[in-house]
Amino acid sequence: MPQVTLSVNGKSHTVEVEGRTLLVELLREKLRLTGTHVGCDTSQCGACVVHMNGESVKSCTTLAVMCDGAQVTTIEGLAKTDGTLHPMQEAFREYHALQCGFCTPGMVMSAVDLVQKNPQGLSEQEIREGLEGNLCRCTGYHNIVKAIAAAQDVMHGRRESLAAAAE
Amino acid sequence: MYDFAYHKPSSLAEAARLLAADPDAKAIAGGHTLLPALKHRLNRPSSLVDLSGIAEMRGIRREGDSLVIGALTRHEAVARSSEVKSAIPALVHLAQHIGDTQVRNRGTIGGSVANNDPAADYPAAVLGLGATVRTSRREIPADEFFLGMFTTALEPDEILTAIAFPIPEKAGYAKMRNPASRYVMAGAFVSKGKMGVRVAINGAGPCVFRQAAMEAALAANWSPEAVAGIKQSADGLNSDIHGSAEYRAHLVSVMAKRAVQAAG
Repeated sequence: MPQVTLSVNGKSHTVEVEGRTLLVELLREKLRLTGTHVGCDTSQCGACVVHMNGESVKSCTTLAVMCDGAQVTTIEGLAKTDGTLHPMQEAFREYHALQCGFCTPGMVMSAVDLVQKNPQGLSEQEIREGLEGNLCRCTGYHNIVKAIAAAQDVMHGRRESLAAAAE
Repeated sequence: MYDFAYHKPSSLAEAARLLAADPDAKAIAGGHTLLPALKHRLNRPSSLVDLSGIAEMRGIRREGDSLVIGALTRHEAVARSSEVKSAIPALVHLAQHIGDTQVRNRGTIGGSVANNDPAADYPAAVLGLGATVRTSRREIPADEFFLGMFTTALEPDEILTAIAFPIPEKAGYAKMRNPASRYVMAGAFVSKGKMGVRVAINGAGPCVFRQAAMEAALAANWSPEAVAGIKQSADGLNSDIHGSAEYRAHLVSVMAKRAVQAAG
C-alpha cells in the first residue's frame, strides 16, 4: 500500500493508505481527528473543510495519497495548545453561530481561510458569497455571518477583542 | 469507490507512458470531477496517474498576443491573477464564479476542459475565444476539440498541457446558475478580436457550441440589442427537472445579451 507523510496540526505522520483513501478518512479513521465531519460526501456541504498548505479544501474530495508532503490544519489545530480559542472559534461562541453544530468545524475552517485571504475586510454580502461552499441545515447563517464579521476585525488587528467588537 | 493503483510521474513523457501502458488508467489533476464520478462508481480505472508533479504543465504567461495558462492552474489562481486580469478580464470573472472557494482551490483549468462537462464554465471560454489546446503531442484548435457530451478530441494517452488564449479586444461571459447545484443552466461567452466575433454557448446543450446567427449579428453591430432578439432553437438542447429545452433556449438569448453588456 502507498505510504504518505504529511504534517497535521504541526505534527508529522507517516501512514499507509489505499489509493482510494480520502484525506477525511485518513484524518478521522487513522489519526482519530473526528472534528472534521463528513456531511454530503459529494463536495457540496463543506462539513469536511480543512486547510491544506494554507488553503481551504474539501477533504472528502481529496485523495490522501495526493497529500504527501502537505501541511494540513484541522479544526483541532486551530486553538492554541493552552486551550485559548482562535478568534473565529471565540466569535462563533460569542455570537451563537451554531445550532446543532454539525457544519461548524467546516464553517470555521472556511471562514478562517476567507478572512485570511481578504485583509482589506469583507462586507456582509462578501462573507455570504464566501460561504458558498458551506451548508448549514439549521439555516443559522445570520449568526455565522455576524461571527465572521466580528472575528475579521480581531484577526486583522482592527479590534483587540470580541468584547470590543460587540460594542 | 473501487481501489486503484496510484502513480505520480514527474515528467510529461513518463505520464504519457503510464497512460499508454494501461488502457484503463486515468489522469487526475485536482480530482474535483473525477473523484465524485469514482464515488458513484461511474468509472473504474485500474490506476490513477497524478499529473500534479509535472512542472511543465504549470504557470500563466504571455506569449506574443496570446495568454497561455498551464493545465494544472487552479481556478483560484486564475481568479486572482493580475496577468490574466490585464489580458482577458472576462476569464477572471469566469474563474471567480466556478463552484465555491474550496472547489476553486483544487479544480484545474486542464481538468475542466479535458472533461468537457456540458455545464462546465471553461469550455465556453476556450471556444468563445478561439483558443488553442496544447497537448503532449499536438495543438488542437478549439473548433475541433469539443466533440460531444464529456467527449473531446483527446486520445486516451494524450495529456492536455496548456491552453493558449488569443487576447481579444473585447470579451464577456454571463451564465444562469441552477439555484441549488450552481451548475450552468445556460451561459454565453462572447468575444471580438483577431479570431473574429465568436459566441459560445454552454450549459444549454449536451456540448458547448457556437451560435452562428448571433455571431453574424454582432459582427454587423456589436451591441446587446443585436443578439437580444435572436431566438435559439430548442432542438437538441438539454431538458430535465431543472428546466425544459425551451426554457434553456430562451436563456441563451438573455445570457448572450448580458455577455455582450459585460464585454462593453
